[in-house]
Amino acid sequence: MIHPVPPGTRDVLPDEMRELRALSARVLDTWQGAGYGEVWTPTLEFEDVMRRGDDRSAAAGFRTFDDQGHVLTLRSDGTIPIARLVANRFEHADGPIRLCYFAHAYRAVKVRSGQPREFLQGGMELIGEPAPDGDAEVIALTLEALNAAGLRRHRIGLGDGALYGALLSEFEVPEPARAALLETLSRRDLVGVEMRVRRLGLGDAECELLTRLLSLRGGPEVLDRVDGPAARAVDGLRELYELLSERGVADRVIFDLGLVRELGYYTGVVFEVYDPAVGFAIGGGGRYDDLLARFGPARPACGVALDIHRVHIAQLEEERQAS
Amino acid sequence: VTATGLTIAVPRGALFGETLDLLDRLGVSTQEIRANDRRLIFPDLGVITTRPSDVPTYVEHGAADIGITGKDVLLEQTDREVYELLDLGYGYCRMIVAARDGDDPLGEPLRRRGSVRVATKYPVIAKDYFARTGRQAEIVEVKGSVEIGPLTGLVDAIVDLTASGRTLAENHLVEHEQIVECTARLIANPVSHKLKADAIDALVQKMREAVAP
Repeated sequence: MIHPVPPGTRDVLPDEMRELRALSARVLDTWQGAGYGEVWTPTLEFEDVMRRGDDRSAAAGFRTFDDQGHVLTLRSDGTIPIARLVANRFEHADGPIRLCYFAHAYRAVKVRSGQPREFLQGGMELIGEPAPDGDAEVIALTLEALNAAGLRRHRIGLGDGALYGALLSEFEVPEPARAALLETLSRRDLVGVEMRVRRLGLGDAECELLTRLLSLRGGPEVLDRVDGPAARAVDGLRELYELLSERGVADRVIFDLGLVRELGYYTGVVFEVYDPAVGFAIGGGGRYDDLLARFGPARPACGVALDIHRVHIAQLEEERQAS
Repeated sequence: VTATGLTIAVPRGALFGETLDLLDRLGVSTQEIRANDRRLIFPDLGVITTRPSDVPTYVEHGAADIGITGKDVLLEQTDREVYELLDLGYGYCRMIVAARDGDDPLGEPLRRRGSVRVATKYPVIAKDYFARTGRQAEIVEVKGSVEIGPLTGLVDAIVDLTASGRTLAENHLVEHEQIVECTARLIANPVSHKLKADAIDALVQKMREAVAP
């Protein structure tokens, strides 16, 4: 007789567990060496806390009640609890706060899709350091951690999460067309985006920019192909690229001006981590300058979360190719 | 390395012929595929062939960098994480609601039973459409010929794809409502879309020119 586990969850046996521990240790060593202290936050949070951080993230969670009737949710995101923790425990801290964590997060996903409902995240958050220096530190340490894990072919896709919305504001695109357009973009339906852009009644140059921008990705030369109102946002990316060059990691960067991340709290640079061995992003993050103010004093912040299981798959593939 | 530098998922079935014609025009010689009806994978060409509804699965997981499938498949599998890059224009068909001929074959069950029973191979599209149009529908998912549903009393109506309308007519069914028009679409894996940007952009550009009216 088989006693099933819930769909989207699984058992881990000794061989894999040993490798996951070793992988996590290498990532943790890198981050601790750079001054990031490891923390633990509860697996259960009050739903109000998750919702205060990001409505969409809270909506994707599993919920339960405690004995007082409070609604609890299984942590669906690693960053929001850290923002809460910093507000509670580091209220008077001066200077940047550097924290990291290794913990499971839980999301309700369609079971048929084969995506996990429980996944192990290794994340780091740099709080109190504004762009672009903070972004450069987080990205460089993400790449360094993956080097330490034995990956050789990983890349970072780098974009600006606020860029497209800012352009729509610049062109005075009204609701509900604006929300519909951003929703279509978040589904990566570029055919639909092009169709909706054409229906906005904008000039040819505006339409062209709104569609062309989404396919601009590659080296720093793509930044030169942006003009008009988008040029200023791109200056920020250019500055970041300079800093990444100084840190010697610029060759791993792919600019991607159509990059969208599903979480709502990003305010600036967003990025995703890729490895050719894995068909999905193996991690991602970005700048969230407004999130801390939802819990306490406003502080600029940037962070990343790696999907440890997916990094492990990439690591196995590197090993296979090397042997 | 193949001609395109990419692995392409090609749909067998209704879109097969025109997809191969398109690949020919792009300089991918498809003779080998046409000559081997039972072989599914052609490594030298960078082509795999699958059912249209499996194309998004292969592309989402990165087993193929890009793929071609119908908009109907993409609408039915909304949760797939793939880029939809290009409307290829061919394979035109329509998703419709059909029922037996009569005054009001959908309205009557709604008025007198509170819901309409609908058979379909596209439960997501059907459920969404009836919800959007403010009607309670009981969706009956079937795998095969959906047209016999209304004739046998299984359901009041069907949601299905139609190109010519011939199958409907042969089964004494009449189109009552159109849900959406569908054509073939080019889709891409999100990671390939970044890591193989040049190869994908070059192919998209060539396809754009090849299918331009």
